[in-house]
Amino acid sequence: MHQAGIILLNFNAMSFYDSIANSLSKNFNLNCHSIIPNYDINEFYSFERNQYYSTKIIEHSLLQYSKFHKILTLTDFDLFVPVLTFVFGEAQLNGKAAVVSTHRLHPEFYGLPANEKLFHSRLIKEIHHELGHTYGLRHCKNFECVMHFSSNVDEIDIKSENFCKSCLSFLNNKI
Amino acid sequence: MNNQNIKIFIVDDEQIVRDSLTHWFEEDGYQVESAVDAFDVLKDLRPGKYDIMLVDIKMPKMSGLELLEKVKEIDPDCIVIIITAYASVPSAVQALKNGAFDYVTKPIDPDELSHLIQKAIKQKTLKEENIALKKHIDEVYSFEGLIGESTEMKKVFELIKIVAPQDTTVMIRGESGTGKELIARAIHMHSPRKYYPIIPVNCGAFTETLLESELFGHEKGAFTGAQYRRKGKIEMANGGTLFLDEIGSISPKMQVELLRVLESKQFTRVGGNEIVKVDFRLISATNENLEKLVQEGTFREDLYYRVNVFTIYVPPLRERKGDIPILANHFVEKFSRAMNKVPLKISDEAMEILLRHSWPGNVRELENAIERAMVVGKPPEIRPEDLPFQLERVSHEDSDSLEEIEKVHIQKVLKKYDWNISRAATALNIDRVTLYNKIKKYGLQKT
Repeated sequence: MHQAGIILLNFNAMSFYDSIANSLSKNFNLNCHSIIPNYDINEFYSFERNQYYSTKIIEHSLLQYSKFHKILTLTDFDLFVPVLTFVFGEAQLNGKAAVVSTHRLHPEFYGLPANEKLFHSRLIKEIHHELGHTYGLRHCKNFECVMHFSSNVDEIDIKSENFCKSCLSFLNNKI
Repeated sequence: MNNQNIKIFIVDDEQIVRDSLTHWFEEDGYQVESAVDAFDVLKDLRPGKYDIMLVDIKMPKMSGLELLEKVKEIDPDCIVIIITAYASVPSAVQALKNGAFDYVTKPIDPDELSHLIQKAIKQKTLKEENIALKKHIDEVYSFEGLIGESTEMKKVFELIKIVAPQDTTVMIRGESGTGKELIARAIHMHSPRKYYPIIPVNCGAFTETLLESELFGHEKGAFTGAQYRRKGKIEMANGGTLFLDEIGSISPKMQVELLRVLESKQFTRVGGNEIVKVDFRLISATNENLEKLVQEGTFREDLYYRVNVFTIYVPPLRERKGDIPILANHFVEKFSRAMNKVPLKISDEAMEILLRHSWPGNVRELENAIERAMVVGKPPEIRPEDLPFQLERVSHEDSDSLEEIEKVHIQKVLKKYDWNISRAATALNIDRVTLYNKIKKYGLQKT
């Protein structure tokens, strides 16, 4: 089993940590180690956009925690890359590190009542999706596959937490 | 279209934008390249190199709008999407006028970018499919079914090529079964009207009133049973070609109506008042002697001159027997595909029969004969007994030999009287012994 560093950067949904760790163990054969980082978050913060630059968070995690087989940063910060208005997460394609934001996964963000079950499902899907990229998986045409591209939460809700047959076979070869 | 086959090029002076977009598109499986300025793009741009180009409007050296113009000059099919830092209506309008597919403002909403790229790919795919389809139509249907290597048919092909691009009215003359409709279709498919329909009407198949309704259409309630307004064939041929087969058989009243449409290019539907304007090319066909009909007064002289502008005469099959082997093999291929059978070879004996037959039904008769042979014939070849006319191995019209004519005639009479020798001999006005001798001489057998 490979070792994964789970960096909890202002991550408040700790009640879900165990289920996340279980899921990564089951789906990616990863043994999770939680880490509270000691970052200067101003390095990632954009005053103009009031958002955090996901690519820089990934670069930072790589500098500090390269000993891990995979590095996953979980954060409540709203993430962006300069050309896009926001991102749910970012990953190194066929690389080591990924970051997932919970900010836009909460139903409350869209003015809807809190729904823990829905939030948990979205979070697991995004984690699987971004980690999938680190194993070399690209976006999948199968709308039920977790690797299907989602540009909004409705699209995240449509897909499942699982990989389609073809993505799973690719993933199993890489694991 | 698979994402891996789509090549996206990003032109932006900001590395951060190039990197983010490259990464974003790579996750989707696209082939992505990027450049820092317009000159980097233009140095080796050629048609088809990139499918989609995302161009920043504000760049040093050359602006995105200037680059757009140059890209469109080199590769008009490349889809260019302009990226602007802020929503500037005048520059966006200018970009669209110069041929940009769309524009997006930075930062781009992922949802918007995703849909925009999907839309661009859909347009490109549709355009490519359209081009391929038109090419396919040009290649496959232009001379479909028109086969011949004889001098006579080569002349016909030459005439088709000459007249097709003109908008001239054409008259095709020839016996039944010679392929007049195929020639009309070939003319249509080589004309500028090829992307509009060709509407064939067999004038001989309708009574006067039915033909009127068929050609001009009718309004609701125009006659008993006219429950709906119906477009006529002339209206359906708008923009394309109207093919009137057996034009010699139309009634005098319909001749007047037709002449009026040909002269004014407008008509009214049966039972209606609305004038319908039409633009079509007329191709007509007949196997009758129109000049004789004009002399007899059954075909209007003015209509004759109107439809008989450019005449193509299609020779009967008996006048171009050299085409029989190639036509027969073509039909063998055609029916083997349709029947999902292995193509049969035509045996030398069967081919000899095909070459000797007089083909009163022309190419259509040959096609039917081969179809029958393909049904009854067994691999590896079509034999004489598979042909529908093996008893008439030699047609008397085709032979100048008295003996051959006698042989065929005796065979016919024997068949007529079911090989009753006495009755056949009486009919032939010869005695029974003479008939026996002739049966022996010609090797005739009851089948």
